[in-house]
Amino acid sequence: MTHSVSNLTLKVWRQNGPADKGQFETHVIESITDEASFLEMLDVLNERLIGENKEAIVFDHDCREGICGTCSLMINGQAHGPQRGSTTCQLHMRSFKDDDTIVIEPWRANAFPIIKDLMVDRAAFDRIVESGGFITSPTGGAPDANLIPVPKPVADAAMDAAACIGCGACVAACPNSAANLFVGAKITHLNLLPQGQAERYKRAEAMVDKMDEHFGSCTNHGECSAACPKEISLDVIALMNKDYRSAKFKNRKQLSRK
Amino acid sequence: MSTATPTRQPVTATAVGTRKRRPLLLDLYGTAVGKKYAMAISGIAMMGFVMFHMLGNTKMYLGAAELDGYAEFLKKLLYPLAPKESVLWILRVSLLGMLALHLHAAWSLTVLNRHARPVRYQSARDYQEASLASRSMRLSGIVVVMFMVWHLLDLTFGVVNTIGTEGEYVRSEVYANVVRSFERWPVALFYVVANLLLGLHLAHGAWSIFQSLGWNNPRFNAWRVAFARGFAAIVVIGNISFPIAVTVGIVSV
Repeated sequence: MTHSVSNLTLKVWRQNGPADKGQFETHVIESITDEASFLEMLDVLNERLIGENKEAIVFDHDCREGICGTCSLMINGQAHGPQRGSTTCQLHMRSFKDDDTIVIEPWRANAFPIIKDLMVDRAAFDRIVESGGFITSPTGGAPDANLIPVPKPVADAAMDAAACIGCGACVAACPNSAANLFVGAKITHLNLLPQGQAERYKRAEAMVDKMDEHFGSCTNHGECSAACPKEISLDVIALMNKDYRSAKFKNRKQLSRK
Repeated sequence: MSTATPTRQPVTATAVGTRKRRPLLLDLYGTAVGKKYAMAISGIAMMGFVMFHMLGNTKMYLGAAELDGYAEFLKKLLYPLAPKESVLWILRVSLLGMLALHLHAAWSLTVLNRHARPVRYQSARDYQEASLASRSMRLSGIVVVMFMVWHLLDLTFGVVNTIGTEGEYVRSEVYANVVRSFERWPVALFYVVANLLLGLHLAHGAWSIFQSLGWNNPRFNAWRVAFARGFAAIVVIGNISFPIAVTVGIVSV
């Protein structure tokens, strides 16, 4: 038996391009099944807007199964909405009550310029990954199992960090627009594993320096981790800080720097 | 922000930065992560100061001779190995340097953070983890600095020590100066309020140190917040006990 949520007031941010000032626009959803996902609710609204010959609300989405990191949305002041450890597409209307007012805003950060309405450009994350979030050497095909031994706790920690889908909720939730959780996750993922050791300190230095060009600084509020759909721990930030310091103080010949 | 998609920079083949290298410490301080190291290290130095300042002041419960004698001892630290007051001045100058570093790093990180979000959220945020302490670091820090200025004018330089009271400020009579100052209730209240804010600042700051310095270990992670709160509590309870003790008459001339 399905239930429905009725009389929802949506205040949606509409902004016609990066240079536009933008404002909230109010829509009322008379009734929607509580099995609908948040994005499906927006789809329904968009169908209605198109039917009324109005412009549909622009928002990012792709896989709709919580793993691609494309959907965003600041919902009632929380990145990805009120449900912990999930993306906006995995948020369902059962999280809301009748007569609720739902305020929807795009991620806001200097590094994430608004393209239109609720869609932002997260290319700054790509710039960071390009600066060092990879292993340079060609690794060939999949190696035999246990060819490179990795202690289990290390593999677990690296996998927890690798769960980052690069959605940008950490930046959106951070009062300082810092990307430390994202960069920390990318650095931790590779720097804990044997394959990442050769470029460990170059990576830490290059990625943190690139992050500095776009984002704010960490003040240890913990909002990023609370907003993260993959619930990545603040531990990755500590490791990033440690590796960055090591990158500065290690013997530079060992880092094969000019 | 004028164009929707910024022009793509060429992807480098290897993870090599292109930034010009400066001398090591300047290089580190030039980045946000490095400035957090500066915040943490200067914070540790000042935490050491507030703890020993509080412990030294508890001598007032032992009487005027003990407290005044302690002030004299500070002047003679490492004497006769080092000249009188030399160690004290080294400590003073170092602490002022640490304070300056802490303030400069805080200032420039705040500017960086403001630039990182020029257009703020237009609706109310619903914070999940950010605490009163973490969100009021700037305010509590500013009040503590203003308090320090008053504190120095009051008990070190004696400029405001005698306002509203009878008597004369004599630098070496620490005990009498403290009692005279705290017998004015607005001053006592200001000391209490400023120290509560110092406690709030320490409760978040002393935990943040571990993250900023990359001191993260499952063996002691559970203790990091407890340490910060315990440290803040000890300092605050000690410090606010002094004006209260004078106000209720436990400590008097």
